[in-house]
Amino acid sequence: MAKSNKPIVWGLFAAGGTVTAFLTPALLLLTLLPAFGVMPVLLSYDNLRAFAGHWFGGLVVFGILFLMLWHAAHRLRVTLHDFGVRADGLVAVAVYLAAATGTAATGYFLLRI
Amino acid sequence: MSAHGKPYVREVSRYGWFFRSPRYLRYMAREVTCVFIGLHALLLIVALMRLSDGREAWEGFLVNLTSPAGVVLQLLILAFAVYHSTSWFNVTPKAMPVLIGENFLPGAVIIGAHYAGWVVASVAVLFLAGVF
Repeated sequence: MAKSNKPIVWGLFAAGGTVTAFLTPALLLLTLLPAFGVMPVLLSYDNLRAFAGHWFGGLVVFGILFLMLWHAAHRLRVTLHDFGVRADGLVAVAVYLAAATGTAATGYFLLRI
Repeated sequence: MSAHGKPYVREVSRYGWFFRSPRYLRYMAREVTCVFIGLHALLLIVALMRLSDGREAWEGFLVNLTSPAGVVLQLLILAFAVYHSTSWFNVTPKAMPVLIGENFLPGAVIIGAHYAGWVVASVAVLFLAGVF
């Protein structure tokens, strides 16, 4: 059988979709609450800095964002095809590069905290 | 060429095909959630950037987050994120069927377990973040 990197691409897409399905709505509620007068303890500068600056908290944030970005990038590639864009090679490079850039930025900002 | 003449090829529009059936439209809505998941990732990265810029920057970010535009943006992302979650969990029996002995676990059980897990995970996130 021909070697293919499809299982890895799809596996990361599925992992990202699952992580996103479980966590994204709750994360949005968390950041929406301050607008309605409820300030989550974690969102104060000192607490969030302590959480994201800790190696474990940072690793969790990094892992979640990497998977989210990969999921969105891969699905966008397929969706653009569905919308009639046929330049898959170019689209693939663009979306995966965007995901990689986002992941690198995440790592950079986490290390800067 | 076949001996039976020209094969019939149904014409499918390359661009507007998904308006042909509500089923296709639901599929496209599901796929388009990725744009909003990407937007949310971007929002989180900006949050990390502002956090790493220091206290004033973070507090400025919180002000933006609670502005009308910030709330509308987050509610929009939330709507698509919830659609992503439900559409994702609803296909889990097809994506990973569970075989017990000679029978497949009923799809409703697998979907139900995911919804229960979703509730637990959401409550856990809000609890760990000190909302209650």
